Amino acid sequence: MNAGADRLRVASVTGMDVELPIAGLGGRSYAFVIDWHIRIAGALAWFGLSSLILYGDLLAAVAEVNALLFFAVVAPSLVIYLLYHPILEIAMHGRTPGKRIAGVRIVAADGHVPSVGALLIRNLLRTLDSLPALYVVGLATTLVTRQALRIGDIAAGTVLVYDDADARPARNSIWRTSGLANVEADAVARLGLERVELVCELLSRWDVLDAGTRRRLAARLLEEDADAATEAEFKGRLQELVR
Amino acid sequence: MWIAQRSAAWRQLAALLPEVEDSRCADPELVLDAVRSYPELARDLAVARRTSPGSALAQQLEQAYARLHRGLFRPAVSLRHDLVRLFGREVPAIARDLRHRILIVAIGFFLAASAGWWLVASHPELARLVASEKMIETVQRGQLWTEGLLNIWPSSLLSVRIFANNIVVAIMAFCLGSIYGLGTIYIVALNGLMLGGVFAFAAQHGLAGRLLEFVVAHGFVELTIIFIAAAIGFSIGEAIARPAHRTRSQAFQRAVSRGAVLMLPCILFLIGAGLIEGYVSPNPAFPLAARLAIGIGSWLLLLLALGGLRTLPGFRVAGRNVKRDEH
Repeated sequence: MNAGADRLRVASVTGMDVELPIAGLGGRSYAFVIDWHIRIAGALAWFGLSSLILYGDLLAAVAEVNALLFFAVVAPSLVIYLLYHPILEIAMHGRTPGKRIAGVRIVAADGHVPSVGALLIRNLLRTLDSLPALYVVGLATTLVTRQALRIGDIAAGTVLVYDDADARPARNSIWRTSGLANVEADAVARLGLERVELVCELLSRWDVLDAGTRRRLAARLLEEDADAATEAEFKGRLQELVR
Repeated sequence: MWIAQRSAAWRQLAALLPEVEDSRCADPELVLDAVRSYPELARDLAVARRTSPGSALAQQLEQAYARLHRGLFRPAVSLRHDLVRLFGREVPAIARDLRHRILIVAIGFFLAASAGWWLVASHPELARLVASEKMIETVQRGQLWTEGLLNIWPSSLLSVRIFANNIVVAIMAFCLGSIYGLGTIYIVALNGLMLGGVFAFAAQHGLAGRLLEFVVAHGFVELTIIFIAAAIGFSIGEAIARPAHRTRSQAFQRAVSRGAVLMLPCILFLIGAGLIEGYVSPNPAFPLAARLAIGIGSWLLLLLALGGLRTLPGFRVAGRNVKRDEH
């Protein structure tokens, strides 16, 4: 179900529909670039290592043609490179390591995990999407279709969506780290949910923010002067505020 | 207060989610917990949306709910059931639907082959367009380029090379149908022209019989599959050009998914044909009768897989009650 240009609406039996953000060209190509490096590294690693083990030479397969060399060195390397996407997408239910890092996943048009057939079709159509070179057809269709679909996605009825569980660990802090799950009930009543969320967000990102920024944000949330305390004191006060 | 009351349940659910989403064989108790959590989470999400729309809490609950929904409603995977359904119902139904197109492609291919034959027979210099310099030199010496092939390439390697090439041609014929069927026309016509031209060139040097002897063991299956792939390509092209009551993308999606189902057994047979071409065709130890038997036998097997399996007992039940609409 389509909810709009950049979101996929998923209907559920409880009547509570949810919307998944659709991954555009950026998320898609980011995942692809990571996957491409993984599969090329895997294929080259197999090629080099097996060649080295069997022949004591990293590039033996380039110079010779024989069955053992082909089946032990070349064919597995090609399998790693060519079947990386279909095998991993099926095994990981619509994800690959690259998609996981990029925080995207393939879902069916109804938001469910795509079937094996759909994933195979999607990969079969890479042949067309990659024409004439560098995925020009795929990139072009991604740009012109409403849900940023390449031809393989249109054929398989799949959509690439952002999967926040892996993409945004900091935003997932509500029940993972120091977030709302650990907040005292009266803190929410006293400060309001929005302010508590901001405090939790700041605390979860404390270490990655620069000193000036976290001091300024902490002072603002505590409604104090930025020079009123040290950074450690600000952090302690924020923790006390929501505990 | 409500957040504090529900936070323990959310933490518990967060621990369940990866297992429910990814495990092929999750603990039944854990799945039951997840099923129980589903309506509770829907209620929590409704409350969060009403009381704090757009908040991080609402977003996180939405994400958790989407993940739980995806995990719980994941389609079941049963290889045996899927194979019986595929070969007992889907493949025969799609093959039956495409039979007229397959026939048209075959006629088109043989017309192109006749044209290729006529062109090379009447203008021998055109042989350069269908054969490499090395092939021409070999034929002019009274030999086929396929003779002694096993001295250069071992059968195993030859088989892989051949079936990989054939699979690529079939996939291209399938995919290029997306260009309103034009890509498929070019591939069929080009392959037909080349085959006819090569046979005409071989015939000029009295080698057509030997070439036919080489081709006969694997050619029936290979050509039939190329016809099928092209017929699928045409159906994809037609779906885009004339989507009828569907949108173009719906018609395209339907044509591709049906075509891919039919391509699956075809690719398996292409691998078989590649093995025959690597081990049988170039081997002079196989007499013509044996080659014919292998060629026709493998072709009948292909026909059985594409339509006849539904008549076997194990597949009959799955093939029963096939509604025209499902095609």
